[in-house]
Amino acid sequence: MKILVLLKQVPDSDEVKLNPETGTMIREGVGTVINPLDLHALEAALRIKETGDHSVTVVSMGPPVAEEAVKEAIAMGADRAVLLTDRKFAGADTWATAMALARFAELKGPFDLILAGEKATDGETGQVGPETGAMLGIPVATYVSRIVKLDESGITIEREVEDGKEVWKLPLPSLVSVTKDVNEPRLPTLNGKKLARKASVERIGNDFLGIDPSEIGLKGSPTRVVRIGTPKLSRKVEMYEGSKIRDGIDEIKKRLVPYLEVNHE
Amino acid sequence: MSDLLVIAERRGNEIHSSTFELLGKARELSIKRPLAVSVVLLSDKRIEGDEANALFSGGADRIILAVDGSFGRFNFEPFTKTLAAIVREFAPEIVLAPATTSGRTYMPGLAALLKTGLTADCTGLDIEEETGNLLQTRPAIGGNVMATIKTPNHRPQMATVRPKTFSALKEAYQSKGELVHFDVTPDLTQTVAKLIEFHPIGEGQKGVQDAEVIIAGGMGLRKVENMQPIYRLSKMINGTIGASRKIVDSKWIGHEAQVGLSGHTVKPKIYIAAGISGAVQHIAGMQTAEFIVAINRDRNAAIFNFADIGLVGDAVEILNELAESLESEVKR
Ligand SMILES: Cc1cc2nc3c(=O)[nH]c(=O)nc-3n(C[C@H](O)[C@H](O)[C@H](O)COP(=O)(O)OP(=O)(O)OC[C@H]3O[C@@H](n4cnc5c(N)ncnc54)[C@H](O)[C@@H]3O)c2cc1C
Ligand SMILES: Nc1ncnc2c1ncn2[C@@H]1O[C@H](COP(=O)(O)O)[C@@H](O)[C@H]1O
Repeated sequence: MKILVLLKQVPDSDEVKLNPETGTMIREGVGTVINPLDLHALEAALRIKETGDHSVTVVSMGPPVAEEAVKEAIAMGADRAVLLTDRKFAGADTWATAMALARFAELKGPFDLILAGEKATDGETGQVGPETGAMLGIPVATYVSRIVKLDESGITIEREVEDGKEVWKLPLPSLVSVTKDVNEPRLPTLNGKKLARKASVERIGNDFLGIDPSEIGLKGSPTRVVRIGTPKLSRKVEMYEGSKIRDGIDEIKKRLVPYLEVNHE
Repeated sequence: MSDLLVIAERRGNEIHSSTFELLGKARELSIKRPLAVSVVLLSDKRIEGDEANALFSGGADRIILAVDGSFGRFNFEPFTKTLAAIVREFAPEIVLAPATTSGRTYMPGLAALLKTGLTADCTGLDIEEETGNLLQTRPAIGGNVMATIKTPNHRPQMATVRPKTFSALKEAYQSKGELVHFDVTPDLTQTVAKLIEFHPIGEGQKGVQDAEVIIAGGMGLRKVENMQPIYRLSKMINGTIGASRKIVDSKWIGHEAQVGLSGHTVKPKIYIAAGISGAVQHIAGMQTAEFIVAINRDRNAAIFNFADIGLVGDAVEILNELAESLESEVKR
């Protein structure tokens, strides 16, 4: 089976800056790592690979610096790594990102199973997975906490939702986005790291994907960041400390008394 | 008049509160720009009279009901295809859905099919009067900034909103109330994905999102055994336990208790933060509480900037004292 993992690279630190003009993130000069939640998607793929004759391709759309992050996936055991990189892709929102990923999956596929992370730690939207699935016209399962079974007839998964746990069987091809409960990702091995150093990451631009320029990058993004502000959230606090602590406790108590269970022994 | 579409969420046999919160916000937006508010319900059964009335008085001018056997639980393909057909027919300017596990899944699917923008987890929504552009505000970069996002050239404009972010109408909306049946053709619901089992979560487990009183613990409790006073207190007052990400990551408690950017947004009457530093990502989930109590050993902890009352001292000692004091109240 051919498995594709969607990997995003995210800034290595919390100190991300925004371009005040476009409202997009400035990624230059910040180290990148694989989005931690995507490591679970990669791990799920690698575990499937270990059960038979399967191949794992990872793909990421991002600037050339993302190559390091993608190589890390090779160090962990992926067979092939692809970076979709092109100046024209810059500034993409989730729609334009999914567009590029979906087109790649179409042209280099078909893939039997596509795995994504729950969400990226920088954008935090969780939209790219289901958008990609919808563009490819395949079934999607999100919030997957366990992969129960995979064979030619389909994939059986558990997904965790607000009111319980569901078990679904999806046909192949399908797209599945996993949560961090699905597994514990492995660390790269020394051997893997050596392999990764030598491995080449395949770079693909829009020349190959051939997407209409109006559907990629900032130009192809329906959404625009128009303002960046700092969260305003402040209250006037009454402080209790030292000998006043008792009063503070009484103050909390007063507010909690109405909630006391009357039947309490 | 064009439409603002709210996608309703059914949980078991009830319409989920998030639907009424979105309707409340929709009515507010319709003051700024004349928009008819429609609510879409995908359901596996016909709607009861009470249910329809609740939606009308909750703020809907129109209910668009799509009934099909496959709508019992959320399923990606039937939902996205049917919703896309509904949006094409009614051509709304705006589509709002709850940021629940299902809303967060069908909305991206829908945005992909409709070729339009989608903003996740909005905490603020407003309308630019001249253009009708929806101003969608959401926390970005780990909650460190608030970004306002527009979808200037595409329609509809789509956003998801976390439950408990907005408030339902306080007074019933007087509407003439039109109920429209949307004809679900078989091609819309064709799918091979099959639900095999469903295991509901245990009864009586009140989710942190619906809690009236939350007692939340953080790393300042220092060890898992020190969660005890939190359990004790919460039992006495029928409260719910919340948590910072650090103690969830340390496996002191499950993720369902996590409050914040990557956890739940909560809106209780009282929120007690014990041993929580007040990182922006935590604040993002609890600032909507009505009354906030902070307990922290460090008098400069950020959490005090967001609290109504603050106690400087050891969280475990203070919680224990509080529990004892409440206990004596019960015995009296
Ligand atoms: C993208 C992203 C998303 C995130 N999402 C979330 C989220 O959803 N929710 C969340 O909570 N965090 C989230 N975080 C993590 C967040 O940044 C903080 O790391 C976390 O909230 C800190 O948890 P804490 O306050 O329990 O621990 P700490 O920051 O370690 O604070 C412990 C506090 O306890 C106090 N203390 C120590 N001893 C005592 C004592 N004996 N008595 C009383 N007080 C004491 C200390 O003074 C300190 O203020 C996120 C981070 C990122 C980058
Ligand atoms: N630029 C990208 N390249 C590859 N995969 C991505 C990219 N952006 C997002 N993804 C995938 O989509 C998931 C959700 O990301 P997001 O919608 O940005 O929160 C991630 O966990 C990845 O699996």
